[in-house]
Amino acid sequence: MINFNLFVLPFFLGLIYVLVAVGKSWYHWIKALTPIDKVKLSTLIRHPKQALSALKEVFLESLVHRKMWKRNPLLGYMHMSFALGWFLLIVCGNIESRFYSGVHVNAPYYPIFLKFFIHDRLVIFFEVFSVPGFFRFLMDFLLLYILSGLVLALLKRQYSNFFGMKRTSRFQFTDRVAMTCLWLIFPLRLLAESFTAGHYGSGGGFLTQPLGDFLVQLLPVPSEFVAYAMWWGYSLSLGIFFVMLPYSRYMHIPTEVLLIFFRHAGIQPKKWYSSFSDTEVQSCSRCGVCIDICQMNTAGIHNAQTVYFIQGVRDRYVPEEITQKCLVCGRCQEICPVGINTDSLRLIKRRELGSGQSTDFSYLKSDDKPKTAQIVYFSGCMTHLTPSIIRAMTGILENAGISYLHLDKDRSICCGRPLMIAGKDRQANELIEINKQIIHETRATLLVTSCPICYRVFREEYNLPIRIQHHSQFILDLIKTGKIPLQGQFKKVVYHDPCDLGRGTKTYEAPREVLSKVTDLLPVKQEANNALCCGGSLGILNVTQQQRAMITKEALDILLENKPEILATACPLCKKTFATHASIPVMDIAELVYQSIPKPSYSASAQSHQAKSYANELI
Amino acid sequence: MKNFGYTIQRDQSIDIDQNDRRIVNYLLSLEPSFNLCLGCGSCTGTCTAGHFVDFNIRRVHTLLRRGESKQLKTEMKKCMFCGKCQLVCPRGVNLRNLIITIQRAIEQIG
Ligand code: SF4
Ligand code: SF4
Ligand code: SF4
Ligand code: SF4
Repeated sequence: MINFNLFVLPFFLGLIYVLVAVGKSWYHWIKALTPIDKVKLSTLIRHPKQALSALKEVFLESLVHRKMWKRNPLLGYMHMSFALGWFLLIVCGNIESRFYSGVHVNAPYYPIFLKFFIHDRLVIFFEVFSVPGFFRFLMDFLLLYILSGLVLALLKRQYSNFFGMKRTSRFQFTDRVAMTCLWLIFPLRLLAESFTAGHYGSGGGFLTQPLGDFLVQLLPVPSEFVAYAMWWGYSLSLGIFFVMLPYSRYMHIPTEVLLIFFRHAGIQPKKWYSSFSDTEVQSCSRCGVCIDICQMNTAGIHNAQTVYFIQGVRDRYVPEEITQKCLVCGRCQEICPVGINTDSLRLIKRRELGSGQSTDFSYLKSDDKPKTAQIVYFSGCMTHLTPSIIRAMTGILENAGISYLHLDKDRSICCGRPLMIAGKDRQANELIEINKQIIHETRATLLVTSCPICYRVFREEYNLPIRIQHHSQFILDLIKTGKIPLQGQFKKVVYHDPCDLGRGTKTYEAPREVLSKVTDLLPVKQEANNALCCGGSLGILNVTQQQRAMITKEALDILLENKPEILATACPLCKKTFATHASIPVMDIAELVYQSIPKPSYSASAQSHQAKSYANELI
Repeated sequence: MKNFGYTIQRDQSIDIDQNDRRIVNYLLSLEPSFNLCLGCGSCTGTCTAGHFVDFNIRRVHTLLRRGESKQLKTEMKKCMFCGKCQLVCPRGVNLRNLIITIQRAIEQIG
């Protein structure tokens, strides 16, 4: 028997097309890597252990969809049934086909349409313990597994909230075509195999044989003809799916594999739109997980969420409004199952928008003789709007008997992040250089700041050869070394994670540890890496104050659920933003700690001093 | 003494018919919150740049309204974009967006 039929052509040509198209993209992405990144990649491939761990991740993420499982089991099952199910169907189908052909290498279409080619070989139905019988069972089982996922996928379109999603992403034309074909592939395969099995009365498994027998009875037309049509349909849907794949969301399947290898090689996102960024963009599966968690929904903005932004990048046109509309809160980055660096992508595109008018900061150069100190405290612009934090910090420092230099006591130079986050890197770098020079001249070994925005940019962009701490870490060190005595009042407190401190620099524990020493820290429904943005973010320009207020109020609702007495935070901007709307006091952790330092000697001496001077006056 | 911008204008006569209102119109279309400004000067009082140099964001407002775009150009180079002004504005004027829009307008007009 010749193992060929005209109907394999759509599949076969589609397969060749998709392999060439994906191969070409991979080639371009790898070729466009920077020389250093290329070396990194080739090192990875030459080290079997590292390459193996990359492969393991490919298996866990691309096939098992581990992160999806964590998010919602139904969603995880659905993705896994398609990915792992199809993968196993291909692998097992290949093994099975070798058994029939007797050779190791078959034409690629042979295993795919195996049941058509071998219908004349009689296999006893449900004979699980023989090799062919076992495979017959296995293949039907896998098909059933995929079909169960398909049912879920159909349900998800209708009832997405069962899958933990309120909104799902919108699809483009190519996506729709590809998705329809994908969804048709497996039912058509089922029907083709069933009709064939039914027509010949043998060759099917536990699913296809009874179904085939049943369907053939119902048919008014010759079942052989119907079966043949189904094989054509099956092949066509496969072929069209393959041809559409590079132009649809399904391109993420092959791209994610490459992305995982890039990551394991240690390739980092760049400041410009690099080959790595393009791989990330194409790896977005448009799963839509980043839609619901985005707080811009709260402000009534529904067109700028990361999935839509990335869609624009992929289509090589993002309206400026969408690029700019983002709090850069990092929430979507935390949750993205593909692990795309969404924040850095946004900033790359903002940079591209043109860096704007040039600046002139020559007025910042001063000839003042610099003061020196081991420990330098930089409060930051925002902290100057909340003087209570500065008072608390200087109070703590003095109580601990530390000699320090308050670098921006009278006036602050901006750290540069506000400019940077708006895409004005060149201008930001001017400020960074000036600040670096000033910090350098103090000969400090430790730089402490009260502002997470400054803290982040100090760490990420300044390349300072000294230690940098946010005040929460610094205070924790002071407490641990017993430098400040504490007498906590243990009021009920909830802690709000500032975006730049939490997700931005992964500082989650230090502030909590500090708070637990002086307060009764209550849990919050959404905290740590899932904490909400306060709404004051400098990352967004084009929202109104009213929209910001909506975001703030929503965050407050969640924070105040457990009825705390005080809302604690570790960022002057969060404090200022919340204070406008909160019904309870909003305090920085520095203030709470400072409050808890017993000061009997201080007040006693102050009183006696006052009394003395009064007495002097009387005499 | 800090210059809050109440006595900022030098003696001059302004020909209203010759005002270049392009920037302010462009601005108002993109950032209508500019209309909410009551000229209180809080933004200037807190301005980070204003602590170092003669820079007065409220004066910028006035220059804009009067269409004196030549002076604007040198003024706008001084802003550090820190956002303090926006946080203190009692009227909820979206100052950072306002500033970036002015800068862009200047760039385009040349
Ligand atoms: S960015 Fe991530 S979370 Fe959002 S749609 Fe793409 S893959 Fe899903
Ligand atoms: S960074 Fe925040 S605001 Fe921006 S898209 Fe992601 S979740 Fe939304
Ligand atoms: S953003 Fe510009 S105008 Fe506003 S306070 Fe900062 S430096 Fe001043
Ligand atoms: S603080 Fe607001 S209302 Fe006051 S002058 Fe500045 S922009 Fe106008």
